[in-house]
Amino acid sequence: MLSIKNLHASIEGIEILKGIDFEVKAGEVHAIMGPNGSGKSTLASVLAGREIYDVTEGKVKYCEKDLIEMTPEERASEGIFLGFQYPIEIPGVSMVNFMKTAVNEQRKHKGLEPMSSSDFLKLMREKKELVELNAALANRSVNEGFSGGEKKRNEIFQMAMLEPKLSILDETDSGLDIDALRIVANGVNKLKTKDNATIVITHYQRLLDYIVPDFVHVLYNGRIIKSGTKELALELEEKGYDWLIKDVYF
Amino acid sequence: MSLEEVKVDPKQKFLDIYQESANEIKSGSPDYINEIREKAIKQFELLGIPDKKDENYKYTDLNKEFDNGYKMYLSPKNIKFEMNDIFTCDVPDLNTKVILLLNGWYYDRENLIHELPNGALIGSLQAAAERYPDLVKKHYANYAKMDKEGLVAMNTAFAQDGIFIYVPKGAVIEKPIQIINILMDEEEGFTQHRNLFILEENSEASIVVCDHTLSKPNFLTNSVSEIYTGKNADLKYSRMQNEHNGSKQVSNLYIHQERDSRVNVNTISLHGGMIRNNFHVHLGGEGCENTTTGLFLTDKGQHIDNYVFMDHAHPNCTSNQLFKGVLDDFATGSFSGKVLVRKDAQKTQAYQTNNNILLTDDADMKTKPQLEIYADDVKCSHGATVGQLDMDALFYMRARGINKKEAKLLLMSAFAYDVIKTIQVPVLQERIQELVDKRLRGELSHCSSCQMHCC
Repeated sequence: MLSIKNLHASIEGIEILKGIDFEVKAGEVHAIMGPNGSGKSTLASVLAGREIYDVTEGKVKYCEKDLIEMTPEERASEGIFLGFQYPIEIPGVSMVNFMKTAVNEQRKHKGLEPMSSSDFLKLMREKKELVELNAALANRSVNEGFSGGEKKRNEIFQMAMLEPKLSILDETDSGLDIDALRIVANGVNKLKTKDNATIVITHYQRLLDYIVPDFVHVLYNGRIIKSGTKELALELEEKGYDWLIKDVYF
Repeated sequence: MSLEEVKVDPKQKFLDIYQESANEIKSGSPDYINEIREKAIKQFELLGIPDKKDENYKYTDLNKEFDNGYKMYLSPKNIKFEMNDIFTCDVPDLNTKVILLLNGWYYDRENLIHELPNGALIGSLQAAAERYPDLVKKHYANYAKMDKEGLVAMNTAFAQDGIFIYVPKGAVIEKPIQIINILMDEEEGFTQHRNLFILEENSEASIVVCDHTLSKPNFLTNSVSEIYTGKNADLKYSRMQNEHNGSKQVSNLYIHQERDSRVNVNTISLHGGMIRNNFHVHLGGEGCENTTTGLFLTDKGQHIDNYVFMDHAHPNCTSNQLFKGVLDDFATGSFSGKVLVRKDAQKTQAYQTNNNILLTDDADMKTKPQLEIYADDVKCSHGATVGQLDMDALFYMRARGINKKEAKLLLMSAFAYDVIKTIQVPVLQERIQELVDKRLRGELSHCSSCQMHCC
């Protein structure tokens, strides 16, 4: 589904990603771990098409298409979803209006008719339950006045609404208490099928108790320095990152 | 003596026109109005037309705008058109009776004043000055002060007609009164109409004013509106400016509020080449509430300048100002607002906000919020921002599949909504929201027929 080869990316001339390689197949869950400043969020942003980053080298193929050539909205419509580490507040744009526009823009991209209002509201009700999102939040402006936990649940709610093929969840666990973490993780697990894939970016092993990855990659200084299975995450939890970093340089 | 062509100062030109046409100008007005004219023209001679040297007109050179050969409308000139062909009001619940001003003159010359069952009067100011001298005399030229504003003096000298609304003590006018200012002619024209709205004690009314140009030539307007709200009166006043971009207007609004009165003013500027709005609010008694808001959407070479003077003269009054602007292309704008809290105006609450979005590097906005406080127990705040669209929000929306253009529109619409939601007439609020969205999409232009159906 996703194939990243020798990906280099920079922001304002400073190289952040220095040659990333990995592949994601349908049905898989990949975890990307690594210390602060290693380039995890940059990778997520580059995959979603954030224009402040320049891709200077390498190739990213997504479902046989050149991802780098696509605009963020095209990527979204083709099934890529980025769960934001810091979801953005948009005063004055209601959640309903926002989601309805997003769903219908994506339908338009696929050559489908816009969804009727009643079908849309029904869908919203259904998906809200999945992440136990307070009904009143839907009538508020996007993320405005939401608590940290509500914002993250709102991300998973949007993921449920848009049914992406490839979800990239950037530190979805940060700022969550244990109950919220469970709700968010359950949401992600329920949305998992054999046809979609998830990339989970996280600092801590904790989230991986709930969302069990097939592969774990350790990102450090813009490169993947180690890949393994879920056991690698446990080892990291126990030993930290230092032993790996030393391995790379000595 | 030099043989070079002598350039006539616009002020002198208007003084000459006044002298030449004094008889015509005065012919339809009673003596008490004409006496005010004489004082006004002297005052105009002193003050002239403001230019950039005037601190309050630093960013809008009106002297230049008034330097033209536009013809003046010193008598009502009827252009025959079937009103129903042009206006079909598609906002339900607005008064079906539309009040029309054509080039500054009350349009319906057969019925100059309507008397409503509750004693309210709606009609031509010229006719009202004749028929209800006591009412008009009490308020006319009382609030629109000529001592500083040359253009108010000029209007007072020249103005012959306009809209008169009187709502007697305790009367409530349920449906909004809709006034449409139409500019329509085959040649360039200059109008100076005058409105007087009197709301007596405990009365209530909503007034919607729309400005339109229905023909191509350039127009210039210098209007003055005086509003008096008596004790505990309630007025909702909405103005929609939608003239073509060859038009220029200076609009002077003077509001005098008595004790415990509530006034809500919104001005939505959709189109217009040059617009200068002057809002003067005098909170003349305890417990007044005033909300004055404005929204402007500009592109190409449009220029919009809003000036507010909020005068807290008595204790326990509240005022809220919110002005927002979106500037595209090489449009320019200015906001200047002054809140004056006088010495005795304790427990004043006064807030002022001006936010602007520049969509291009060439668009330019000057903003100057000011507070002048002489009382010591008050709550006041002011703030202004000039910025771009929120790039993070834009990316967030695009990452959900919303294309860039649509995402920008959603953000601008949300930005504008803060002002739209201050409109207190629900049907009007919805309608304005639609119009603003259309304007943002670039679908509302001066030549399309939709603007004629807009209110």
